[in-house]
Amino acid sequence: MTVSEKIRFEKVAKSFIVRDPKQKGATQQFTAVKDLSFTVKEGEFITLVGPSGCGKSTLLDLLSGLTSPTSGSIYMDGKEITGPGLDRGIVFQQYALFPWKTARGNIEFGLEAKGIPKHERKELAEHFLSLVGLGTFANRYPHELSGGMKQRVAIARSLAFNPDVLLMDEPFAALDAQTRETLQSELLRIWEKTKKTIIFITHGIDEAVYLGERVVVLTPGPGTVKKIVDIPLKHRLYDADIRSNPEFVKARHEVWSLLHELEYQGAYI
Amino acid sequence: MENVKAVPGALQSRRIRINLSLNIRKLFKQSIVLILLALVWQLAPLTGLADPAFLPPFSDVIQALWNLILSGELFHHFEASMVRSLSGFALALLIAIPLGLIIGWYPLARELLNPVMELFRNTAALALLPVFMLILGIGETSKIAIVLFACTWPILLNTIAAVGNVDPLLIKSARSMNISSFKLFLKVILPASVPTIFTGIRMAGTGAILVLIAAEMVGAKEGLGYLITYSQYNFEIPEMFAGILTIALLGLLINQGLSVVERKLSKWKQQVNG
Repeated sequence: MTVSEKIRFEKVAKSFIVRDPKQKGATQQFTAVKDLSFTVKEGEFITLVGPSGCGKSTLLDLLSGLTSPTSGSIYMDGKEITGPGLDRGIVFQQYALFPWKTARGNIEFGLEAKGIPKHERKELAEHFLSLVGLGTFANRYPHELSGGMKQRVAIARSLAFNPDVLLMDEPFAALDAQTRETLQSELLRIWEKTKKTIIFITHGIDEAVYLGERVVVLTPGPGTVKKIVDIPLKHRLYDADIRSNPEFVKARHEVWSLLHELEYQGAYI
Repeated sequence: MENVKAVPGALQSRRIRINLSLNIRKLFKQSIVLILLALVWQLAPLTGLADPAFLPPFSDVIQALWNLILSGELFHHFEASMVRSLSGFALALLIAIPLGLIIGWYPLARELLNPVMELFRNTAALALLPVFMLILGIGETSKIAIVLFACTWPILLNTIAAVGNVDPLLIKSARSMNISSFKLFLKVILPASVPTIFTGIRMAGTGAILVLIAAEMVGAKEGLGYLITYSQYNFEIPEMFAGILTIALLGLLINQGLSVVERKLSKWKQQVNG
């Protein structure tokens, strides 16, 4: 049984015109990513990790269709990505919740974008709020929620309009360590339940290894794939302290070494 | 006080007494300074600290105010001022908000119009009063026009700033859900802009009264500004102060009204003091 390919990056490069700091008024080219190629399988949970400046945000913009590559192409289900769409849901580091809407209202926004009729939206929104454990907080405004709760609402919002792929840009980076661990487990639970393809970008090696079935290690700018590490860990949710498991430590060390190598090559981690 | 019915008699009356004393204390704290001020106003002319010809005792002013109310004169002037300021203010809202939204949304428009807007914004509206009076006469039109002019700038400029200052992350998030530009504007930009637009509206509210009273002082046949100047010229000083008090109350009412509306629209905003 072959698992179908969901996302494919084919020699993707992205450059920007930026202000040249050395010459007043002049501009220069800045290449964020270059020769980026890898594939993501359907239903896979893949994490991307790399030092600062490896083009992670650019990668996300490209995947979401908010910008297009300078050269190369990105394919989803065999078709080239040409713009944003509801088949991909994004979860940002700073939550990006609309402060004038309640938790429920924020989720309903995504449903409205999808064209779901008004009378169905409330129930669906509440269903997804319960899924992330915030069933009783439907009427709260974002400023009344903690960071962890806000991120859960953001996740619920992206899940609600049922995208095929979930793109997550360091979603837990702004949270405290304990909330982070809780949400990581919850994300795995949600993934098991919904079987979505998840592309998770992070700075944290532990997080990348804990969550990802495979870890894509990126080089510093211009970012490209250094290596893809397989993480053959089973039962991540059922082993209480899997982070102490020798298999985990081995995988973690492999990723760490790759990144450390890059550090010797002059990158900042 | 919903639980009062369920509570037995003695506890009930104790609760009512506690609430009453809390309310009395609150009222006291809010009014004590004002009462002291009124007392000073009353005693200063009577004791010779101030010349009673120029600062009549508070009681005389209240007496004059009362007479003006009874004769219907106060209401007449109050109504005239209200109609003018509200008309100008409402027109400013209708013109400046849509215009501000459009200019804010199109960067080219903003670039082209910014110099001219800065010029007008920094010109004190009252400096243009002679122009308005020359072109539009000293009737209702010139008064409403100058209120309109004075109110437009804070609302317009705040609206433009509001549109430009919407959190780009929110726009990015909405765009990623593939919504049209129109929907983006209606459902994201607009709600996000409301608090800043409202600041402009409040500024316009204060400005409206200021400009109107000045305009009425210069050339009018009725209105609170006219009342003040007319009383001054006829040396009816208590009446003059009565007019001033009325204007103070009017300004207070408008500001309070706008604050209430603002609070209702902005209940999602983060409370600064928790």
